[in-house]
Amino acid sequence: MTGTDVKYIRQQFPILSQQVNGNPLVYFDNAATTQKPQQVIDALNNYYTQQNSNIHRGVHYLSQLATNAYEESREAVRQFINAKHTHEIIFTRGSTESINLVASSFSKKFLHQGNTVVISAMEHHSNIVPWQLACKERQAHLKVIPINEQGEIIFDEVEKFLDKNCKILAITHVSNTLGTINEIKQLINLAHAHEIPVLIDGAQAISHIKVDVQALDCDFYCFSGHKMYAPMGVGVLYGKEKILDEMPPYQGGGEMIKTVSFAKTTFNELPFKFEAGTPSVGDVLGLKEAIRFIENISYEVMEAHEHELLRYGTEKLEQLGDIRIIGTAPQKTSVISFLPGNIHPFDAGTILDKLGIAVRTGHHCTQPLMDFYKISGTVRASFAIYNTKEEIDAMIAALQRIKIMFA
Amino acid sequence: MKTYQETAAEIISEFMLFTDWMDKYNYLIELGKALPLIDEQFKTDNYLIAGCQSQVWVKAEYKDGAVFFTADSDAIITRGIVSLLIRALSGRPCDEIINADMEFINQIGLREHLSPTRSNGLNSMIKQMKMYALAFKTKHESNL
Repeated sequence: MTGTDVKYIRQQFPILSQQVNGNPLVYFDNAATTQKPQQVIDALNNYYTQQNSNIHRGVHYLSQLATNAYEESREAVRQFINAKHTHEIIFTRGSTESINLVASSFSKKFLHQGNTVVISAMEHHSNIVPWQLACKERQAHLKVIPINEQGEIIFDEVEKFLDKNCKILAITHVSNTLGTINEIKQLINLAHAHEIPVLIDGAQAISHIKVDVQALDCDFYCFSGHKMYAPMGVGVLYGKEKILDEMPPYQGGGEMIKTVSFAKTTFNELPFKFEAGTPSVGDVLGLKEAIRFIENISYEVMEAHEHELLRYGTEKLEQLGDIRIIGTAPQKTSVISFLPGNIHPFDAGTILDKLGIAVRTGHHCTQPLMDFYKISGTVRASFAIYNTKEEIDAMIAALQRIKIMFA
Repeated sequence: MKTYQETAAEIISEFMLFTDWMDKYNYLIELGKALPLIDEQFKTDNYLIAGCQSQVWVKAEYKDGAVFFTADSDAIITRGIVSLLIRALSGRPCDEIINADMEFINQIGLREHLSPTRSNGLNSMIKQMKMYALAFKTKHESNL
């Protein structure tokens, strides 16, 4: 992408033009949430000014309008990740809820005493805690595939976890802390060879990597809208029809039922079985617009641009000296976690903020991973399509200043 | 010894000398670097206040009607602020600590560090210091 292209993209993000503490905002906290382009903001605005109505039940004009738009979004998501059926797309509040849904519902049916759930050492708390809860309830065990110093899954170790007791492999596509892109296709194949279903936490992958759930053949794929330029409050659970059909409902309420009497309730079909209550319709419409935004640019262009930012940022940080980069896998998304010498990440983050640079500091909801590296946290800079090399230069200059301040 | 209010006013006037945030933070860093605030042997989980990002340890002793605090943090800016909190509260009678408004933190423009959303343990630290004062008060002064 040329400088003009990036400039054009940046213009679509109103929030990026502001000043923070007297400096131009440099937003490097994209792995936490991305900013929203005007077309997504417009979709929300348009929904609430022209279409707002509760969906699926109303016979009136607005309800039809909102229902159609909502279901069109579902179809857009289906195409986006190439699911086989539209009813395999379940709208949730985000990746966390998607994983909780599976951990709760799948486990009720398939997880029994003495069984195991297998995750990796680089999981986000969202892909640890729901399984811990499920395991506790079902008297099952959580097992953890180790990683190496670069932050990659140790492949030789995987197979021994996939024994007859293992009922599901739940693994992240991309590490939110390290940026490592896991070889999920290989992992899925390996698990399937043992007839073990696989859940992929795609929260950190979806805005960087083209996902094709049929090609991957994963059983579940979870992602959040807000990490891919869509509004907060909407996420997706993709699940294969067969397995979703076998799972009991997650929450009870409106929308998910067919008939209710005080004696007995029959449940609705997919995807409604898993969508109890009024969904966040406006956000779902925003998600569709975010998909359009991504596809207009194309994953190819995004990956190339972000990879160049990753390369440039890594090189510049290394040139600074006395920087320890945490997560050095050859296959990474545009995430750089680092420790600036002996300076505490919180100190560095505080001064970077004063200079208008938004990074994340701390354990990034991956405390077990921090324990593995024997550190308490890192500074994490994560880049998106609208970031530039000039912004990286600004961060490097700020880090030089910080080095002097804390010397 | 100066009262809490006098010390707080003193800190505010010191910070008024700084015209920009850079000088202010340099001063905090200086304060933070100045001394080990707590004996290494007390940097244990018993004295740890779990903040999300920086760790803070605080220890309290009661002597002759006053509470003496020592504390530390692994982040220097936090440590600088910790040393201000100690300066404001340590060596005072329980009631003075319990009633201290800590308003000077706002006045010197460090409010953000004490906001509940800023997970650096400082908020919990103040709460802990006041709890210590309350506990000592109950233990030593209740039958006065």
